[in-house]
Amino acid sequence: MAETLAVPGPRSWSRQLILTLLLGPALLWLFALIVLPHIQLAILSFRERMAPHVYAPSFAQYRTFFAEPLYWEVFVRTAVLSVAATALTLVVAFPIAWVITKVARGRASALLFVVCLIPFWVSETVRALGWLILLRQTGVLPALLVKLGLTSMPVELLYHDATILTGLVYTSLLFMVTPLVSSLESLDNSLIEAAYDLGASGASILRTIVIPHAAPGITAGCIVVFMLTLGNYLTPNLLGGKNSQWFTELIYTQFIVRFNWEQGAAFGFLLLGLSTSIVALGLRLSGQRFVDVMRRS
Amino acid sequence: MIASLPRPAWLRVATVLYVAAFLIFLFTPLAIVAAFAFNDAPYPAPPWHGFTLDWFFGNPAEHRVGLFHDTELLGSIGTSLLVAIWVTVLSVTVGTANAFLMERYRFPGKQALSMLMLTPLVIPGVILGISILSFSSRVAELADDVFGLDLDFLRPGLPLVVFGQFSYIATIATLMISARLKRFDRTLEEAALNLGASQAAVLRTITFPYLRPALIGSAAISFLMSFENFNTTLMLVGSEPPLTIMMYGRMREGASPVLNAVSLFLMLASAGLALTLMRGGSRASASEPTIKS
Repeated sequence: MAETLAVPGPRSWSRQLILTLLLGPALLWLFALIVLPHIQLAILSFRERMAPHVYAPSFAQYRTFFAEPLYWEVFVRTAVLSVAATALTLVVAFPIAWVITKVARGRASALLFVVCLIPFWVSETVRALGWLILLRQTGVLPALLVKLGLTSMPVELLYHDATILTGLVYTSLLFMVTPLVSSLESLDNSLIEAAYDLGASGASILRTIVIPHAAPGITAGCIVVFMLTLGNYLTPNLLGGKNSQWFTELIYTQFIVRFNWEQGAAFGFLLLGLSTSIVALGLRLSGQRFVDVMRRS
Repeated sequence: MIASLPRPAWLRVATVLYVAAFLIFLFTPLAIVAAFAFNDAPYPAPPWHGFTLDWFFGNPAEHRVGLFHDTELLGSIGTSLLVAIWVTVLSVTVGTANAFLMERYRFPGKQALSMLMLTPLVIPGVILGISILSFSSRVAELADDVFGLDLDFLRPGLPLVVFGQFSYIATIATLMISARLKRFDRTLEEAALNLGASQAAVLRTITFPYLRPALIGSAAISFLMSFENFNTTLMLVGSEPPLTIMMYGRMREGASPVLNAVSLFLMLASAGLALTLMRGGSRASASEPTIKS
């Protein structure tokens, strides 16, 4: 605390007191709810139950994960689908962010942005309910397809991977549109005009001017969307049904249904490891700092 | 292409079509949920059987339990409100303290602390839930073994739900309040001190009024995020489910239009909250960077 003591004047002891009082809640929050719980989770994941109330340190939980194909297949599947959902979200969100920042003007642009944000103020549960009513076999879309003569019988549109992806993209759009809009807003239009006047094609303007400028926003959006998708439970579970096989469901099953906390803790750490390493990779590739990315989103 | 450059006709048409398709994609699920709250049929599915308000006002005597007679569902709304109020009060209080700590003081380890404060945002909610669950039950076990205490609030239930949600919502409140405190012109405080105001008077009459928009904004966001939280809550919930958990349970059993009715309420409430915030926000804190996350 040397620096605070260096502050001149008679109030330095009271400054010291206030500093201590302010540190209290911060340290209590971070240690009691974040640091210590994760240490406990780590301890759980590295032990094995030998007999009731008798535990031995072991790697058994992690060995089970690699020995049992079902577990790591679900893990890989979750990762791959999350990457696909993130890429799709970027592709769907980019044109909208472009229209908001570069095509629409004034009030129209502000209005479009607000309209894009509003659905995300509504709970994810409600949005999932909407998709259920739309897509299930007795739902709106299958009935519409029959009416249009495209299918003779109502088809089941739930419980496919494509359904899960649609739901995940829908849930994630906001977290992609927002950082994209803020990074495209700062792109000076005259750069695009200059390139156009000099004869550049749309594709080369996109590649050499727009994407490099928007890279921080693209990274921030992708990182946040990937994290949220990987850790999602509700959307894959409701839209994918028994076929969803999302990794968070395995964690839930081990922890809450089977009460096998050791195995659940190991799964939790594997998910946390995957999430963290992809975030780190994204930051490394784009040369950004974590703090800036979090501020941006 | 941007607005100031010539755009071919096909591109204009394509742009309009894309925006239209995008908006349809965004709003169809919500519109469907709202519409089927008024369908006169026991399941929220086509065909349309005519308009009814049964799913709001229907009473058990008529074999249709509407939202306002569904005590279970109303109870879970109450639970959600209670949890959200606690989470909001805790998050805004701790967030304010953190903002002053990080913006006004220098101390060893500050950099590390500021990184640590951001970590809750990158930990998946499910994992926050299970880690808090396992730690609190370990503490409860210890308290029982060593002191013979039965700490009931450390078992799955509402106190744990509050702690779980607070653990990451506090980060969001901290970021929002810090962002505003950072832009504060400290010469205002110095001027007041020079003119003889006490520290407490300066805080009350200058600093806090300046922070007000951020405090209100972070309270609203904290409330909303708590009310809608699912992942962390799922792991920590006891015998009193908040609304999202209750709805999830019923959706798995096969939805009844009562869920549509309650969803419609949620939509109206959150749209109202969003619009008030955006209107107030554009005046005072339009550049608040975290308000949308």
